[in-house]
Amino acid sequence: MLTSGNILLAGSLLSPNPGLIFWTAITFVIVLIILKKIAWGPIISALDEREKGIQSSIDRAHKAKEEAEAILKKNRDTLAKADAEADRIIREGKEYADKLRADISEKAQAESKKMISNAKDEIEQEKRRALDVLRNEVADLAVKGAEKIIKTTLDADLQKKIVDSMIQDLSTKRN
Amino acid sequence: MKRVKAIKANTILKVIALIVPLLLSINSFTLASTPETPAASQSPKTEVTAPQTAAAPAEGAEGEEKAGDVIMHHILDNHILAFEPFGEIELPKIVVGGFDLSITKHVVMLWVVSAILIALFALAGGKYKKMTARQAPKGLTNALEALVEFIRVDVAKANIGKDYAKYLDYLLTVFFFILLCNLLGLVPYGSTATGNINVTLTLATFTFFITQVAALKAHGIKGYLAHLTGGTHPALWIIMIPIEFIGLFTKPVALTIRLFANMTAGHIVILSLIFISFILKSYIVAVVMSVPFSIFIYLLELFVAFLQAFIFTMLSALFIGLASAHEGHEEHEAGAAHH
Repeated sequence: MLTSGNILLAGSLLSPNPGLIFWTAITFVIVLIILKKIAWGPIISALDEREKGIQSSIDRAHKAKEEAEAILKKNRDTLAKADAEADRIIREGKEYADKLRADISEKAQAESKKMISNAKDEIEQEKRRALDVLRNEVADLAVKGAEKIIKTTLDADLQKKIVDSMIQDLSTKRN
Repeated sequence: MKRVKAIKANTILKVIALIVPLLLSINSFTLASTPETPAASQSPKTEVTAPQTAAAPAEGAEGEEKAGDVIMHHILDNHILAFEPFGEIELPKIVVGGFDLSITKHVVMLWVVSAILIALFALAGGKYKKMTARQAPKGLTNALEALVEFIRVDVAKANIGKDYAKYLDYLLTVFFFILLCNLLGLVPYGSTATGNINVTLTLATFTFFITQVAALKAHGIKGYLAHLTGGTHPALWIIMIPIEFIGLFTKPVALTIRLFANMTAGHIVILSLIFISFILKSYIVAVVMSVPFSIFIYLLELFVAFLQAFIFTMLSALFIGLASAHEGHEEHEAGAAHH
């Protein structure tokens, strides 16, 4: 290792070599120029282009997503609206039906009431008429009875009996 | 069950007792007869060091001194491209105007790196030219794109800011250049050009100039000079200006030393581990220590190759970012000191 130490001290490892510096510089510059022309230009421009392409694709995808979301939202809104509309229609229909039913039943009731009252009126009228007729008949009968009583005897008791029996007769007859 | 275990342990001990002396004797025997076998019988990975190491035990007993020489020889630059055992190529020496502009081993490695880089990226670039934005990259292009994209986004954009595109060419080139230089040092017959301080110094100088140009562009000459005073009272300028001036150079020097030292140190450690077995002349040391440990260091070196390329690029981007976007002197100093 002594010799290597000497070599180090002699400066072999760190010794300047103008020839090598010259060739390194020349070689490096030429490589730089050639590579710039044949490689870095096309590669970097391709990378840039692809970067832009990817960016625009991402942008487009985002845009498409946003559009799709907007459409979906719109559809949902429409659907909700349609649902509400349907609900409303059904509700209205039900309400209408209820109202109609109520109306009809009310009307029917009113009708029936009216009919009943009509019937009652009629019955009343008939009754009144019957009573009138009865009254006339009773009066006639009374008159006839009186005639008979007067004709047979003018006995008060008898007369009373006769009138009673007549009334009895009338009542049975009428019923 | 206990009995069986006891018997097993016994047999294992017996086998070891038989094998250990055998191994030791074989070791001395083979060392005496064929010096090349230890290197050859190790894992293929050690082939990197085989040509150099083969010479060490053959030449004599004073392996300790030889080992140091061989390691240094392997790490240092020279004028011979050795492809042992097939032969070697003497590289031409060129001297222009008193400067030694010889093509050395590391220059050849730089050219190999350049050739590989250009071939690789010509292929990838061609594919990108044909590709539309809708196509996904695959295979080689995909792998390279991951690295390019990493440098572009996590290194350049993150550290420089919105002006990053101007410096991207430099950062990408420096990253792949250093990465490939580092990796080629781990290949048989390869050597690490980035383990030579001249190479790293040149690369750091590029970063230095780009940083200064970025600072000048961002602040103008006046702002640049004002920055050198550190924003202090004129009475302190006599101290501040030299300090700031030295501060300008510490960053590229740090870049230089870091890359060079990391790449050199890894190789020295691998070679030293291999040489332990030669110095101790033992197969057991080779099997138990040298090979597994050097494999471990080798794998670590693979990681370090990527890490150092990344750090160099990252720090270059950071320096450029700090120079161009001025966010107060304190932050600047803190950022510089931190790294």
